[in-house]
Amino acid sequence: MQDMAQAFGVALALAGSLDADLVEIVGLSLQVSITATLIACLFGFPLGAILATARFPGRGAVLVVVNALMGLPPVVVGLLVYLHLSRSGPLGFRGLLYTPTAMIIAQTILITPIVAALSRQVLEDLHHEYAEQFRSLSTPRWTAVNALLWDGRFALLTVALAGFGRAIAEVGAVMIVGGNIDHLTRVMTTAIALETSKGDLPLALALGMILLAIALAVNAAVMSLKLTAERHAYA
Amino acid sequence: MLDRAFDSYDASPVEDAIQPPFPLLAARGLCFEAGGARLIDEVDLRLDAFGATVVMGPNGAGKSLLLRLLHGLIAPCAGELLWRGKAMGEAARRRQAMVFQRPVLLRRSAADNIDFALKLHRRADRDRRDMLLQHVGLLEKARQPARLLSGGEQQRLALARALATEPELLFLDEPTASLDPASTQMIETLVLAAKRNGVKIVFVTHDLGQAKRLADKILFLPGGRVAEHAPAARFFDRPTSEAARGYLEGRIVL
Amino acid sequence: MFCNYLKKMENYMRLTRSSLAIAAAVALMAGVAAERAAAEDAIIVQSTTSTKNSGLYDHILPMAKAATGVTVNVVAVGTGQAIKNARNCDGDVLLVHAKSAEKTFVEEGFGVKRFDLMYNDFVIVGPPDDPAHVTGSSSAVKALSMISASSKALFASRGDDSGTHKKERWLWKLAGVDPSAASGQWYRETGSGMGATLNAGLGMGAYVMTDRATWIAFKNKGGYQIVVEGDNAMLNQYGVILVSPEKCPEVKAVPGQKFINWLISAEGQAAIGGYRLEGKQLFFPNAQ
Repeated sequence: MQDMAQAFGVALALAGSLDADLVEIVGLSLQVSITATLIACLFGFPLGAILATARFPGRGAVLVVVNALMGLPPVVVGLLVYLHLSRSGPLGFRGLLYTPTAMIIAQTILITPIVAALSRQVLEDLHHEYAEQFRSLSTPRWTAVNALLWDGRFALLTVALAGFGRAIAEVGAVMIVGGNIDHLTRVMTTAIALETSKGDLPLALALGMILLAIALAVNAAVMSLKLTAERHAYA
Repeated sequence: MLDRAFDSYDASPVEDAIQPPFPLLAARGLCFEAGGARLIDEVDLRLDAFGATVVMGPNGAGKSLLLRLLHGLIAPCAGELLWRGKAMGEAARRRQAMVFQRPVLLRRSAADNIDFALKLHRRADRDRRDMLLQHVGLLEKARQPARLLSGGEQQRLALARALATEPELLFLDEPTASLDPASTQMIETLVLAAKRNGVKIVFVTHDLGQAKRLADKILFLPGGRVAEHAPAARFFDRPTSEAARGYLEGRIVL
Repeated sequence: MFCNYLKKMENYMRLTRSSLAIAAAVALMAGVAAERAAAEDAIIVQSTTSTKNSGLYDHILPMAKAATGVTVNVVAVGTGQAIKNARNCDGDVLLVHAKSAEKTFVEEGFGVKRFDLMYNDFVIVGPPDDPAHVTGSSSAVKALSMISASSKALFASRGDDSGTHKKERWLWKLAGVDPSAASGQWYRETGSGMGATLNAGLGMGAYVMTDRATWIAFKNKGGYQIVVEGDNAMLNQYGVILVSPEKCPEVKAVPGQKFINWLISAEGQAAIGGYRLEGKQLFFPNAQ
């Protein structure tokens, strides 16, 4: 409990000082996780839309698999990516291991199933509402999917936030493929792990508080954007 | 000559004085089942290309189901649909439109809702869109979110969107059931205008007054079967079936 | 049927091509930033954790950079993991502390040559009440026997095939005790790094063997003290090896060797010996 109070002080001091190292680490965390979220949405939204609107043999099995992949352990993703990007792996020649790109790849793989599964749910509800109208207008499937994605955009924003939350909070994957290299691949979560292993629990906790504050800020920014836009677009 | 050639083809009990060679839409042996119950049973009917046919019947008689079957929204368990004498396909469906009891509007502006339908029929065009909005009295609200409009405005927008596809046949499934009298009247005026422009109307309602105002013909559907399909005046004056007499006198049938 | 969807998926992708391009550009930008850092004379050192957690690298790497121009990126994992990563060619220099494993690494052709770099020693830390009464013992083997014999004492092991773990297993062998038989009972294998094992050991009141450098730098001591130290059997030798460019063509042999040469030079050795934490010297240079 004493650690908690101390951590709070450290967190405030750190945040207040705008320590250059801290700014760098926070910047990389945001860069990696936001990029991963954008790419995951690019694949996850259409995949979710296909699963929401299409009926094909094996769809149930695909849903089960995608839902199960939401629980993909970050360490496993990290290992898989490591094995591919390692210099002795099939993609080793690209020299991507221990770079932010490798971290983006790992987080993208980690959260794409989350984005796909949640957007499937959101879009299926919307599709349920629109389906008869679309059929009545003889709407081609891809026009319908595009319309669902567009009309569901505000709900999908929440889905993207869920993916971002998972990405910014995970440590297992980025630790393995990034290597927690100072000034190169160190992000908030790996920094927290490092300080914990050094036994500097107040500093680790303080970094955790700052991470939480950043996550809160991102969520608040997106939600307020969503509310404003929503008010102008539909009820 | 031609008429006789199609006589053998025509097996429906429609009481038309003059029968054109092909009805606009014909149903033969149409049925629909759900949960083991037969909700639409052996419906044969012919809809000619003009006028308004009002579908009446008590709650649960399958009026909405019949509309969805005729429009091809749901698949029948048996029977067939013929559009101008040929099996009804996607091209024929594109000549039809439907307005639902509760309008399903996209989460966009009123204008974008019209554009969506116009684009589907490759007629995207600002002037056409504005004309349609003007026609239903929503031009001033073109930029407003469709789902923030009043119930009556939403239904008028849905109607404008249906008309944007330039249908030959327009289905309306109790479009005024939850509207106030003024909004109801506006919808009726618009429907009558469409009829005058040559659009075939198929309109479901419970409202006897509305049926009398709109109908050229009445299709009476007491329980999944067509009991009468007659010119409106005759239906209201001399209903032939016991069910229809009971319905018109406000007695419970089924 | 599914092919059909795939084809339509392609159509969809064509529609979203512009956004795809944007995302790809963002990913590339991120990648370019990283590769720029990797492109200059930057090497990756697969390292044990103690040298990093104790702050040694923060002290010597700026000097190495000034002297050689080489940027050193450190991936700190357990010695076992570091050697495995180096075997996968994912590093240019290996800096660990497990002499026999290092020799095997070189003999199998993965490393060019092993250099002794520096040493420190291991200590055993224990809870304030010292349930096995080992305080002051200068024999690690004797202390471990007492811990295994005590009914109240726990021992937390790395259990991760690290250099420290290898050393600890060797000491148990000398003591004639097979602790793995008691794994999960009084012998707790955390399977994690030194810091995590110390945190866990403190949490459960167990004895822990740690290198002195990590212990001095460790901030969450919670009343724990060194109970056994000064045994020659607990000396901890660090070695440094260039990963073989023959086995791994991607290895940056020139800057890697430059860095190693600096480490074992008089200047590098003085830098190592000069590192102090809380007034204490943590590593003792002994390159030949």
